Amino acid sequence: MSASLARGLNAFREAIDAPVASFFSSCVHCGLCAQACLFYTETGDPRYTPIRKLEPLRRVWKQEYTLLGRLQKLLGLSRPVTDAELAEWSPLVYDSCTLCGRCSMVCPVGNDITLMVRKMREGMSAAGHAPDGLIEATTRAIESGSPAGVKWVTVLAQIKRMQTQFGIDIPVNRQGADYLVLMSSWEILNYPEYLGAIAKIMRQAGATWTLCDHAYEATNSGIQIGASDLAGVLVGRIVTAAEELKVKCVISPECGHAYSAIRWEGPNLVGRKFGFEVKHVLEVLDDFRRAGRLKLKGSVDQPLTYHDPCQISRRGGVYQQPRTLLHDFAPEFREMSDAGVMNWCCGGGGGVSANERAEPLRFIAFKRKKAQLDELGVKTVVTACANCRVVMEEAIEHYHMDVELLGLTELVAEHLDDGASA
Amino acid sequence: MNNLELLTFARGTALDWSLALCCAGIVLRLFETLGLGRQADLAMPRQGGPGSGWRTIVTRSLPPPGMFQRDALTYVAGYVFHLGLFAIVVLFVPHIQLIRGVIGVSWPGLSSPLVDALTVATLAALLALLLHRLSHPVKRMLSGFEDYLSWLLTVLPLLTGYLAYHHLLLEYTLMLAVHILSVELLLVCLPFTKLFHAVSLFLARWYTGDAYARRGTAA
Repeated sequence: MSASLARGLNAFREAIDAPVASFFSSCVHCGLCAQACLFYTETGDPRYTPIRKLEPLRRVWKQEYTLLGRLQKLLGLSRPVTDAELAEWSPLVYDSCTLCGRCSMVCPVGNDITLMVRKMREGMSAAGHAPDGLIEATTRAIESGSPAGVKWVTVLAQIKRMQTQFGIDIPVNRQGADYLVLMSSWEILNYPEYLGAIAKIMRQAGATWTLCDHAYEATNSGIQIGASDLAGVLVGRIVTAAEELKVKCVISPECGHAYSAIRWEGPNLVGRKFGFEVKHVLEVLDDFRRAGRLKLKGSVDQPLTYHDPCQISRRGGVYQQPRTLLHDFAPEFREMSDAGVMNWCCGGGGGVSANERAEPLRFIAFKRKKAQLDELGVKTVVTACANCRVVMEEAIEHYHMDVELLGLTELVAEHLDDGASA
Repeated sequence: MNNLELLTFARGTALDWSLALCCAGIVLRLFETLGLGRQADLAMPRQGGPGSGWRTIVTRSLPPPGMFQRDALTYVAGYVFHLGLFAIVVLFVPHIQLIRGVIGVSWPGLSSPLVDALTVATLAALLALLLHRLSHPVKRMLSGFEDYLSWLLTVLPLLTGYLAYHHLLLEYTLMLAVHILSVELLLVCLPFTKLFHAVSLFLARWYTGDAYARRGTAA
């Protein structure tokens, strides 16, 4: 056995706990999880059945953590997991799963298949079977602070642009601010208006906030690749900055996986509870709105819909807030089929968009979202995840669709009543 | 051993042993599973959300929105088979009498012709599920020896019960003995095959419901 395979199998063993054992014990091979997975529904390929993506992990559980499996192993009746098998499984675990969590919502015995894929990636990356795109993104994140290699000077340039454009000061390293604002690389590079929008909203709400020059990136490639030690390093930078600056709350940007990384996995990755809150920007907007600190005016008159980012809605619990906000200024807001916690993924979450190998499959998977949008006939899609936005914008180009993507925070900022103050 | 002796063995020693092995097996499997533990979640849970582990134990028995249309056969046959099996096991009068003999508690049962009809429906559902398993690309790919064994272990008690009730194929005493022995085979295999889902699904549903509830979603 190679050293890398041994490392991978050890990581599998560490991933197996009581929930995982309950899940594998309960699977009756009904195949319903396939019907919830856009990689199966859009390809019809049974290899993409979610529970099958876990077959190597299941065998390690069976062979090492059950009496019958151990007996079979002793008698030479079971097939050990091999390096070649893990290589074959790499595209199933990384390319055809966005960790969207839909399969976990439908499994009749209640298996959290998504959690198991997340755990299985720990073994896959330890065994050296993570895709190159994710390895490179993770390396850049550790070395430069951002998976896209975005450095602080780039952020500084965007800060200056936004200060000029919006005429509002953007604070950096401000001690004792209410909020530490994070961004994703996509926002820094593609949608810097998010920063201007935050500045406008914070000014109207009368809240103090800051950026931090050594903790500006919210995304976490360590989680997507399945390397908890590296994920812990990336989250740790944010935790350290929040504690140094003594902020009350860290705001996760419009990025689904960033929110999951900091809000739900973060404390577990660093091994302690946080002394500050973590909120998605939509939660903060909703807080301001309920406290009467967010005054809006005007309305968007064209029909629009909202794409629920999986990690914010289904796996983040933030699905009411965007609807409440949209209802305030978008009278033509319409829901897609399967909206809310049963939404369909954009096809590029969970590291799939950073994995070049997966690109052709990602476009095929997008047909699900395309069908939803075609059915609704709405040309404007609002969302709250920059990764969803980039993935959908690329696919919209690919399929020559006439659909526009908007970020909800920017849209709220555009409708602020500048005459009002908190 | 004549037919009556076989029946006596099936009702006596074999029943005692199979129940004991089933219980011991379930305890062992629960120990194997729960003994692995679960790390405490250090993330602050969302308060006042709609979900919980207990809720998911109940709600996961219903198809989530949009799922029934995607695979109606699995849902319909699954319901008929599970509900039919449950009714046959606990609402057939001779079964109630047997349970009363073991634990001293009894309840009203269904009429025998109704249980007979339920048995036919349940067997038909199981046959449909087998054919679906053999023909559907996803199910066929997922299925192995254990899936077909589990199917057979479930069908045998139903089929032999039906044959015994109608005095078909074998002499009644012998068929009744075979019926009871087939149930005992099911009991002994339950903890060590996928049939264990009858126990473990409560854990699985609770864990998932709890994990999602902490995030604010009713799973």
